[in-house]
Amino acid sequence: MDDVAVAWLLASTALVMLMTPGVGLFYAGMVRRKNAVYMITLSFIAYILVSLQWVLTGYSLSFGDDIAGIIGIGGIMPIDIFAIYQLTFAAITLAIITSAAAERMKLSAFVVFGLLWTTLVYDPFAHWLWGNGWLAQLGALDFAGGVVVHISSGFGALALAIALGARKGLGEYSMEPHNIPMTLLGAALLWFGWFGFNGGSALAANETAVRAIIVTNTAAATGALVWMILTWTSGRPGSLSIVTGAIAGLAAITPAAGFVSIPAAIVIGIVAGLICYRAMLFRINARLDESLDAWAIHGVGGLWGTIALGIFAKNGLISGNTSLFVSQVIAVVVSVIYAFAVTFILAKIVDAAIGLRVSEEEEYVGLDISQHGETAYA
Amino acid sequence: MKKVEAIIRPERLEHVKRALEEKGFVAMTVSEVKGRGEQKGITLQFRGRTMEVDLLPKVKVEIVVEDKAVDAVISTIVDAARTGKYGDGKIFVVPVEKAVRVRTGEVEE
Repeated sequence: MDDVAVAWLLASTALVMLMTPGVGLFYAGMVRRKNAVYMITLSFIAYILVSLQWVLTGYSLSFGDDIAGIIGIGGIMPIDIFAIYQLTFAAITLAIITSAAAERMKLSAFVVFGLLWTTLVYDPFAHWLWGNGWLAQLGALDFAGGVVVHISSGFGALALAIALGARKGLGEYSMEPHNIPMTLLGAALLWFGWFGFNGGSALAANETAVRAIIVTNTAAATGALVWMILTWTSGRPGSLSIVTGAIAGLAAITPAAGFVSIPAAIVIGIVAGLICYRAMLFRINARLDESLDAWAIHGVGGLWGTIALGIFAKNGLISGNTSLFVSQVIAVVVSVIYAFAVTFILAKIVDAAIGLRVSEEEEYVGLDISQHGETAYA
Repeated sequence: MKKVEAIIRPERLEHVKRALEEKGFVAMTVSEVKGRGEQKGITLQFRGRTMEVDLLPKVKVEIVVEDKAVDAVISTIVDAARTGKYGDGKIFVVPVEKAVRVRTGEVEE
């Protein structure tokens, strides 16, 4: 890798690192004030755990010498820019899953679950698609993590939320977001960091990187506008909806960012806005307490984007080729099933071993006090 | 006139508001407060240690009504705010000498 590329990836590493606390702020604004510290800290803990797991074995499991297309040979991470850049991807993926832990998961349980999850779900996914594993050999593409980051964490969050059960009092009394500006700040950091996420995934400071950033920004704005219109026509355009739409667009463009045109990015953003919104309504009606919507936004957005890549890429359906599209569909089906099933099993194992949830009293007092002995506000 | 001051669980506020409105008591002042009752808050049990959380967030609802309406207001609040567990709160009734409407200056005694 030349020095220019290294410089861009160093910058991108810093950009993506900031996304993880960004996720924490994004989620923390949406919970009740008694859980704000806990929610931000969960993202920091995700970053801390994965930072160590990645250098000790995660990188090599993902990108080391291939064993039968399934996993790499583990071991210490090399001193390498790609390796540290990829660390930030593994970390934010675990941070996205904390959506499901909102206001009820024991800190100790999250630590154990997080280490298991990043090793048994994230690392295989990274290997299958980016480490020349079996899905890559099949021809499946994932530019910056539609499957590896968004489907894995989104469908993982759904499984974890179901394993945890709903928060006490859900549907019975109000659980309004306690600090919307905090969520907006988190969303701003995510959008900003996403330029490094998708732009850096070109692995060079070249036209592909420029394209990735342009279509990323386009899809984000499109998704945001769609949610703004959807909520405006049914009442008022809430700021929370506007930035959530942006993240739907961002998640959807992620797998396709290096491969598609500006018009395709607009289509991807429109569809992402529409289907992620429907997914959220479905989640609400089904009384599923995945209320920070990692599944509806990241999971469903990443799923659509991964399929969309098979449609809009140069050798996609649009140009009359079916083979890429078929590979993308296979990647989606496999990743959805694997992420959901393995996450659910891991959650159940941790539950049996040490228990997933805090006690009813701890939940009532809030996890800031019960887990950290701190409060966010006087 | 009396002022009914109810200290209740924050999560029961919506129920209490709705119940009072159904009975025709719309005007109220609501504030977020912290407090403790006889149990001194909640004791959290951890392995090998306990932790006291003694001032818990509560909501104070204040309503000024005619004397004859006091019992109705009290029973409405009690029914809507009760969970049956410690920490459901307390209601106080205090006399009010007069009320003045700022917009018109009219005095209610």
